[in-house]
Amino acid sequence: MEETNDTLSLVLFSGTDDKLAAAAVLTVGAAAMGRSVNLFLQYWALDAFRADRILKDHGVSAEAGPEGASFMRLMSETGGQQHWSTLLSQAKDIGEVGIHACALSMDMFGITKEELDPIVDDVEGVAAFMGEATGPIVFI
Amino acid sequence: MTVEQITRSIDARGMPCPGPLMSLIGAIREGQVGDVIEVLSSDEGSKTDIPAWIAKAKHELVEVVSEAGFARFIVRKAR
Repeated sequence: MEETNDTLSLVLFSGTDDKLAAAAVLTVGAAAMGRSVNLFLQYWALDAFRADRILKDHGVSAEAGPEGASFMRLMSETGGQQHWSTLLSQAKDIGEVGIHACALSMDMFGITKEELDPIVDDVEGVAAFMGEATGPIVFI
Repeated sequence: MTVEQITRSIDARGMPCPGPLMSLIGAIREGQVGDVIEVLSSDEGSKTDIPAWIAKAKHELVEVVSEAGFARFIVRKAR
């Protein structure tokens, strides 16, 4: 597949399942279309990538409201949508996708590399991430 | 009606976006050049995603057939 130089950089801040799922769909789409993708995990998103809780229920964002939250729960049980971590694995499988943990967030939350799910490639400082972020940056 | 000899058929009906496209990508990767892969999808996104991906990945979209509640995409692995 012809590669373009349009690296897509996604900064994942939110740790709720709806936003992580949206980010995962963007990642898999970009990877399918031959764009390299860099994900930078900060704050609550980083927390959601802990190996012991990546598949747990991370709730939905505040704007969902109670009705949206129950809708999302129903969708996750019956919708047939794959878990966001599965989509990210697929994206890594078909394209060039790097998942980097923010060094500052690691410190803040007292998380070690060993505690993260193996889908996370490495721990990176913000400058290193920005050095690779030559294309658009999306913050979720 | 398609006259193509289908090498592999994938029934991705009921799978939400981007599931059918991902199934197609997997089948293309596993297949041989010249293989003809059929994907059945009820996902609206597939109607734009599958042609866009095929153009980008330089395979051949042989035919798209609209059926009741789904579409049938016939794809030839070109390289």
